[in-house]
Amino acid sequence: MHLVYPVVIAALLFSVGVYGVLARRNAILVLMSVELMLNAVNLNLVVFDMKWADRLHGGQVLTLFVIVLAAAEVGIGLALVLLIYRNRRTVDVDRLRTLAEGDPDPDADVGAMTDDEGVRR
Amino acid sequence: MTAADVVIVLLGVVAVGAGVLVVGTRQLVHAALWLVVSFGALAGSYVVLAAEFVAWVQVLIYVGAVVVLLLFGIMLTRAPIGRSDDLDSGNRVVALVVAAATAGVLVTTLVRGFRSAYVPIKDRVGSGSSHTLGASLFQTWVLPFEALSVLLLAALIGAIVLSRTDIRGAGPEPDEEPEPRRRPAAPRGPVARRIGAAKRRTGPDEEDTIVLSRVDEEI
Repeated sequence: MHLVYPVVIAALLFSVGVYGVLARRNAILVLMSVELMLNAVNLNLVVFDMKWADRLHGGQVLTLFVIVLAAAEVGIGLALVLLIYRNRRTVDVDRLRTLAEGDPDPDADVGAMTDDEGVRR
Repeated sequence: MTAADVVIVLLGVVAVGAGVLVVGTRQLVHAALWLVVSFGALAGSYVVLAAEFVAWVQVLIYVGAVVVLLLFGIMLTRAPIGRSDDLDSGNRVVALVVAAATAGVLVTTLVRGFRSAYVPIKDRVGSGSSHTLGASLFQTWVLPFEALSVLLLAALIGAIVLSRTDIRGAGPEPDEEPEPRRRPAAPRGPVARRIGAAKRRTGPDEEDTIVLSRVDEEI
């Protein structure tokens, strides 16, 4: 089997994930795009494990570890998103600008519409 | 192109196409369901690449657990079911340029590097069975395995602590008397106030009005 096909597929999937992380506004969609990127890396690991076929099977074992790490990551990430939603009533990453420097445009700024405790008026 | 090449290209087209739909669709729930298609196609490619055990783990954990968790998140944040036009942020063009540049660099490099690389896949059959992988995992990689179990436990505890509402903030109220659940006469902080309001909620709008009225009293 030619190695170039799965490797190129992994690269394309990674780019799709990059686009999703940068372009999506909903925090849960950002998490989904991160999952796409992790899966692209997993495909790469499996492909090169098949290519080298060493005795330790490092590629496939590391793939299992990455899957477990992704599960932990999505669990913590969703807990954070739910906490943000509970406090701010929104999960739009564009509108969570409390840590932004400078003066962003006012209508996209939740911080301007809330008091200092993060409760929206 | 051998048969394995054809199959993996087809599965890759399905995976990348579903991925594009995940990042491009206008319906939030559909994004999660397209994610199932993408992960399923990737599991199929793992089978073609002679990694059966990883394929089953992929189906169990990603399709079974992670996507269900994401759907829970979608439901719990009361996301709009149906079309919503504000799912993309303002920097969409920049994201498109960055993603295209990433794809260009990666694909060019990989094609130039692996254009003639060839693996006889028939020799690899069985190298990803649960027997070989389990032996490798519990002989060579047992220490990272244990460390990972500790990490999973930490993530579990962290998620529980983050998502529970009845855990007060650690610092500000060490002298917590047991009875004052009735009327929080002197709310001591934003978290305590919000939790006091959320205790008596009956619905989302109810909670909102309670929070708003409390904030107005404060002012």
